[in-house]
Amino acid sequence: MKEVTIYKIKGLYRDDFRIKGYEFGKGKKALCIVGAMRGNEVQQLYVCSQLVKKFRQLEEEGRIENGKKILIIPCVNPYSFNTQKRFWCTDNTDINRMYPGYNLGETTQRIADAVFRVVSEYPIGIQFASYYMPGEFLPHIQMMDTGIDYVDLAKQFGMPYVVRRRVRPYDTTTLNYNWQIWDTKAFSFYTTTTTTIDPSSAGQALLSILSFLAKQDIVKYHGPGGVASRVISDTELVSVQTAKSGIFEKMVEVGRNVRAGTPLANIIDPYVGTILETLYAPCDCTVFFMHSDPLTYANTAVFKLVPAE
Amino acid sequence: MIKTVTKVALPVDEVLAIRKNRIEPEGMDKKLKKKCKRISIVTGTHGDELEGQFVVYELQRRIRENPDLLKGIVDIYPAMNPLGIDSITRGIPAFDLDMNRLFPGNIEGDMTEYLAAGIIDDVKGSDAVVDIHASNIYLTEIPQIRINELHQKELVPMAEQCNVDFIWVHSNATVLESTFAYSLNSIGTPTLVVEMGVGMRITKEYGNQLVDGLLCLMKHLGIWEGEVISPRKPMISTDWTDVSYLNASTGGLFVQTAKHGRMLKQGEVVGEIIDPLEGKVLDTVKAPTDGLLFTIREYPIVDEGSLLGRLLAKEVAEK
Ligand SMILES: [Zn+2]
Repeated sequence: MKEVTIYKIKGLYRDDFRIKGYEFGKGKKALCIVGAMRGNEVQQLYVCSQLVKKFRQLEEEGRIENGKKILIIPCVNPYSFNTQKRFWCTDNTDINRMYPGYNLGETTQRIADAVFRVVSEYPIGIQFASYYMPGEFLPHIQMMDTGIDYVDLAKQFGMPYVVRRRVRPYDTTTLNYNWQIWDTKAFSFYTTTTTTIDPSSAGQALLSILSFLAKQDIVKYHGPGGVASRVISDTELVSVQTAKSGIFEKMVEVGRNVRAGTPLANIIDPYVGTILETLYAPCDCTVFFMHSDPLTYANTAVFKLVPAE
Repeated sequence: MIKTVTKVALPVDEVLAIRKNRIEPEGMDKKLKKKCKRISIVTGTHGDELEGQFVVYELQRRIRENPDLLKGIVDIYPAMNPLGIDSITRGIPAFDLDMNRLFPGNIEGDMTEYLAAGIIDDVKGSDAVVDIHASNIYLTEIPQIRINELHQKELVPMAEQCNVDFIWVHSNATVLESTFAYSLNSIGTPTLVVEMGVGMRITKEYGNQLVDGLLCLMKHLGIWEGEVISPRKPMISTDWTDVSYLNASTGGLFVQTAKHGRMLKQGEVVGEIIDPLEGKVLDTVKAPTDGLLFTIREYPIVDEGSLLGRLLAKEVAEK
C-alpha cells in the first residue's frame, strides 16, 4: 500500500486541506474507487476504509494481479467532515457539481480538477454515491445513460439491481458523468445509508467489488460471485408520494417484497396524532428506496419501488 | 391585489405560499385587460440575495404615485424562496438545493419541483420578465444583465432599456438549462437576469438605478406612460475572452485597494491577501490587463482559488 497526496491547499487557520489516495499493486492503472465527496457521507467513507483494509491484505498476500494498479480515494472533502457541513465550508459549493473541474478556477473547481486529472486515467471507476434526499436504498449499481453502453460490465458486480439513470441537466457536472464522457467505465455504487454506518451493506459492497475485480483479472479472489442482476431504468421505478406533510411512520423496510395494497407508511398529524394519510404499495413490488427522516414534506417521493417481474 | 401563486403545507402547522402582487390599471375593463401587456418582476430565488427586495418596493411606490399612467399589468413576485429568505439560506433549506436549478419544475414532482412548476405556470406568457439577483455574499457586482447567447437577439434590445451598466452575453451550458430564465426563454417568455450589488445587503443607489430602468422597459412595452429617463448605454460583452478572472493564489484575508467599477491599468493593485497570524502580506493582487473592475470580492476570507474580482477588457468597456 502506498499513501499518496492527490491535492493539497494551505489553510489560513486550519491544517492543510489534503486529499489522500491509497494505491495497491503496480503497473497499469486498472481501477479507481472514490468515496465521500460531501461531509455527511459517513457510510461512503466507511466502505472505502474497509476496502483499503482489504486491499492492503490482498496486496500483502500477493493477490493483486501483476501489472495492475488500484487507487482508492476514501474522501475528497475532509474539511467538510470536520466541520459537519455537507458542502465546501467557505462557499457552500458541492464538489460533485464541479467536474471536470478547472485548475485556474475557484477552490472547488480546482479540487475537482485535481481529482479528475488523477481518476480519469483509470479505465474503470467506482464512486460511492449518495442521494440528495434523506433515505435508505436497496444496495445497487447506478449508471448514467449517456449513450455509452457497458451494462454487461455493470452486471459483473453481481448486485441484484443495476439502475440506468436518465441524464438531467444538473448531472453534467458530476464525477460520474464526466468519467463516462472521458472514457472511464463509471459506476455509482449505492449502499443502504449515507449519514449512518451500515456494516452489512458495506460488506456486501466489498464482496461485490472483489468478485467484480476477480472477473476482470485484477485480483485473485474466490468468493461468492453474486447474483444475476436485473437491469432497470430509473423511469421504471414506481414512486409513492406523500400528499400531506407530517410525521413519517414507516411500516416496511427497504428490500421487503410486498403485495399490491400493502400499507407502506402513515403520515401523522404532528399535533393531534391522527393519521392524515396511509401510503399503499400500488403494485406487487420490492421496496427500493425509503425516506428516512422522521418528518416529511408533502409531494415527496418517500418510496421508490421496483415492480415485480 | 395579493394572489397566492402556489402553496404547500409544511410538516408542523405552517403553509408555505409563494405570493405575488398584481398591479393593474385602475378601472380598465375586462376586455382591454386581456389584451394589455404584462411585465413580471421576480426576485428572492436565492434566499441570501436581497437587493431585489428594495427594487420591487420602490417600483410599486413610484407606480402608486401616478396610477393613471399605468397601462398594463405589473406582477411582483418578491419571494420565490420564502424559507431561504427567512433563514439566510441561499438554497431551499432542508433540501440543500439551489432553487435556480429546478426549473421548469414538475407538478408531479417533489415539493420544490412542484413549487417551481407553479411559478413557471403563473409567470409564463408575460411580455417581459425580470429576474433580479444580487450576486452572492462574496462578490459585489455593478448592475448588469446576463443573457444566454441562445436568446441574445431578442433579449439584448430589451436589456438596453434597463439602465444597467453592463450586458454580459455568455455561452450556453447544459447545467444552466434548469434555471428559471432559461426555462421561460425556451418557451418564448422573454426573461432577463439582473445581477447587482451583493448578498445580504441593500444598495439603494443600484436599486434606484434599476427602478429607473424598469420604468423605461415598461414604457418601451407600452405598460407605463409616465416620464422616464433615457437609459444609460451599457457596455456589452459577447466574447468570453473579454473578461479576465482574478483568483486567489493562496488562502488568507483579502483586503481591497482598487475601487469597484473603476477602469484599472495593467499591473495596478486590486488588493492584498494578508496573513493576520504572522502579520504578513501573502500576495499582492494586480490587474492582469487594462480593464474595468466590474466584480470585486466583498467577503474577506478567501481560500486558494476564491474569486477576487473580474475585469472587463478596456476596449469593450470603452466602446
Ligand atoms: Zn441569485
